[in-house]
Amino acid sequence: MRSVQALAAMAALSLLAFSTIALAGEPKQGGILRMYHRDSPGNASIHEGATYSLNVPFMPVFNNLVIYKQDEAQNRMDNIIPELAESWAWVNDNKTLTFKLRQGVKWHDGKPFTSADVKCTFDMLMGKSQQKFRQNPRKSWYEQVNDVSTNGDLEVSFNLKRPQPSLLALLASGYTPVYPCHVSPGDMRTHPIGTGPFKFVEFKANESIKLTRNTDYWRKGRPYLDGIEFTIIPNRSTAILAFVAGKFDMAFPTEVSIPLLKDVKSQAPNAVCVVEPNNVATNIIVNSSAPPFDNIDIRRAMALSLDRKAFISIMFEGQGDVGGTMLPPPNGLWGMPKEMLETIPGYGPDINANREEAKKLMQKAGYGPDKHLAVKVSTRNIPVYRDPAVILIDQLKSIYIDGELDVVETANWFPKVARKDYMLGLNLTGNAVDDPDQSFYENYSCGSERNYTNYCNKEIEKLFDVQSQETDVAKRKKMVWDIDKKLQEDVARPIIFHARTGSCWQPYVKGVTVMSNSSYNGYRYEDVWMDK
Amino acid sequence: MFAYLVRRLFLMLVTLFGISVVIFFLLRIVPGNIVDILFAAAGYVDPADKANLEKELGIDQPLIVQYWHWISGFLRGDFGYSYVSEKPALQEILPRIPITARLAGLALLFSASIGIPLGVISAVKQGTRLDYALRVVSLSGLSLPSFWLGLLILTASVAMFNQMPIFNPNPATWLEAFATYAVPAAAVGFRSAALTMRITRSSMLEVLRQDYIRTARAKGASEAAVNYQHALKNAILPVITVIGIEAAFLIGGLIVTETVFNIPGVARFLVEAIRWRDYPIVQNLVMLIAVVVVSANFIVDMLYAVFDPRIRYTD
Repeated sequence: MRSVQALAAMAALSLLAFSTIALAGEPKQGGILRMYHRDSPGNASIHEGATYSLNVPFMPVFNNLVIYKQDEAQNRMDNIIPELAESWAWVNDNKTLTFKLRQGVKWHDGKPFTSADVKCTFDMLMGKSQQKFRQNPRKSWYEQVNDVSTNGDLEVSFNLKRPQPSLLALLASGYTPVYPCHVSPGDMRTHPIGTGPFKFVEFKANESIKLTRNTDYWRKGRPYLDGIEFTIIPNRSTAILAFVAGKFDMAFPTEVSIPLLKDVKSQAPNAVCVVEPNNVATNIIVNSSAPPFDNIDIRRAMALSLDRKAFISIMFEGQGDVGGTMLPPPNGLWGMPKEMLETIPGYGPDINANREEAKKLMQKAGYGPDKHLAVKVSTRNIPVYRDPAVILIDQLKSIYIDGELDVVETANWFPKVARKDYMLGLNLTGNAVDDPDQSFYENYSCGSERNYTNYCNKEIEKLFDVQSQETDVAKRKKMVWDIDKKLQEDVARPIIFHARTGSCWQPYVKGVTVMSNSSYNGYRYEDVWMDK
Repeated sequence: MFAYLVRRLFLMLVTLFGISVVIFFLLRIVPGNIVDILFAAAGYVDPADKANLEKELGIDQPLIVQYWHWISGFLRGDFGYSYVSEKPALQEILPRIPITARLAGLALLFSASIGIPLGVISAVKQGTRLDYALRVVSLSGLSLPSFWLGLLILTASVAMFNQMPIFNPNPATWLEAFATYAVPAAAVGFRSAALTMRITRSSMLEVLRQDYIRTARAKGASEAAVNYQHALKNAILPVITVIGIEAAFLIGGLIVTETVFNIPGVARFLVEAIRWRDYPIVQNLVMLIAVVVVSANFIVDMLYAVFDPRIRYTD
């Protein structure tokens, strides 16, 4: 009898404890989330930029048709959920993607959201409307879209030239908000109007960005926060110190480097920090249209000389990933398996053997211990570019290449690359969506504006199209691996490593999920709340 | 007097014209423009888009036309629009000026109120331990860069008090408002205080050796009266000159201090505008500073002439 009473008492206590935990975990309404911002974005229009400095503060202002689930770290096809759309369907042999739109959604200025807004947005992105964006960096995403048609106010269809399953992934990116038809692109740069959980209040250049709760948000009960305030602090030391001192609830996402993470954890042990890949690949751009890198042997020798693990251990204390164009697994969905990767020249584990092979290639090209090849390694004058460039120069020495660092101001970097005024360049490529279509077409297809090296291989381009139309994921994956392998063997744009970075927030900030295969898609912040 | 005024006015206008030409063309010599930077940020170069944007901003026009648009606008009080924020340039510049002015004023106050008394003490106590200690302090002030000192103050504040004295745009109390400016002003004013102290010391030492100081002592004047009424009064002139020069140099120190303490002042804003090649902001802001400095000089010249008639005749 006593034991039964004891058990009952224990059960009651457990129940009480459980309910307390549940109560503590219940989201609370209210509070302003204070976050520092790493720099002052040029404007407030997500469609006109290509930096997540824009997505972090302005993604909460908007909605997409569909979006990656914001509480799951990995962006996958199967965790894309409707947002301004209520549902979607592939019809017409997968050549038409039709969305049924949500009813009763209003723009922040009170006007109703309709299918015309969706059409307007994508017509502008495809360059088919009267109104134009000043800059349209992702026009190539919609190459396969013939047109966007509406059927009443609540239905819209994307009519494709050929099947492209990845279109849904592109539409789920933080880079693909729906803009209002009635607001000009110019106004969207200075005072964005969206349908999202937060309304834009003000943007003071180099000072702050303020958002307030959209009380009329279509998703009832969201957002939890009353607002978000970003203080622009370009000096990283000041920003981190301010976070440690509790001036901010959250550090700028993915902006805490691995060495800084140690400082944060030692000075603010309660801070919650996570380290994830950001799907930004550090790579080498090679000017293969001029000597000496028009010689494939020299390009291959250079690729063989790379000790990728050394880069990762020096720069990230081991926290980085070796891979090809696509982010390697397990975070990346399409990266080659390790066994396949190691069969590519330069990726094998025996660095000395690789370099011996590289030396032979250099000697074949007429260089050796007595005749070194002098090259300039150009890069942007930013530490994340400069530091690996210095390591690269050091590694190239092992194969008779004497590199000289040529730092270029940001303003001059792309014009210099565009006019092919470089030999080797150290470059960073961020991928907004972990999908081969985004990466392959943008960076390697003939004539693409972001294909800086003008690499053009018609055979591979055909393979891009074949994989792009494949609906069977397993089959597509194999095709993607083969293409990626070929790109590395061609030394199209040798990938050195995929970085990992840290994100930190105070322990009372709840509901934050840092995406593990893109740093552009996880900032809607409607599920974030503060337990204080 | 009228001829003198006209001469000075003419010189002032010529100087301002020269400055405007230098500002305008120096900015264009720096490689890259706003369009290059915008496209660099977007990660692609599309020649057609680029040409459209250059046309929209008017930077495709011949330099002389661009210069005329700017300078005629400036004279009409139309400063144009910032290329980056697309807001009126004046609206961007004006709110930031008081912030930097307060910071600079406080830094100068710090420099004078610390540097002068310590310089006097150091001179009066020449050769003592106190003098050596103060000289070490002044030397360290001259040697420590203000950005380093700023970071040191921030790190120490966080480590010792878990407080962060960075800019608060909406201080709740007067004291909080003062603290917002006082710490960065101290960081930037420390070097200036050290210089003031050294100049005060050497100037005082020179004056203290003069005959009239000995006479004052012989007449039984107290040490305080000798030091502060007789010696400092005469030693202060070179100190004032140095403080004046320091005020002009302060802008350099403020750029880094505003960055480290995250103060949204005009100095940091100017650097950011240069980084973005935001011509309307940079040109107008530098021109405004030039107008203020040249006008101040003009007024001083007029006052000299009023108080010392010899100047207007000999000049």
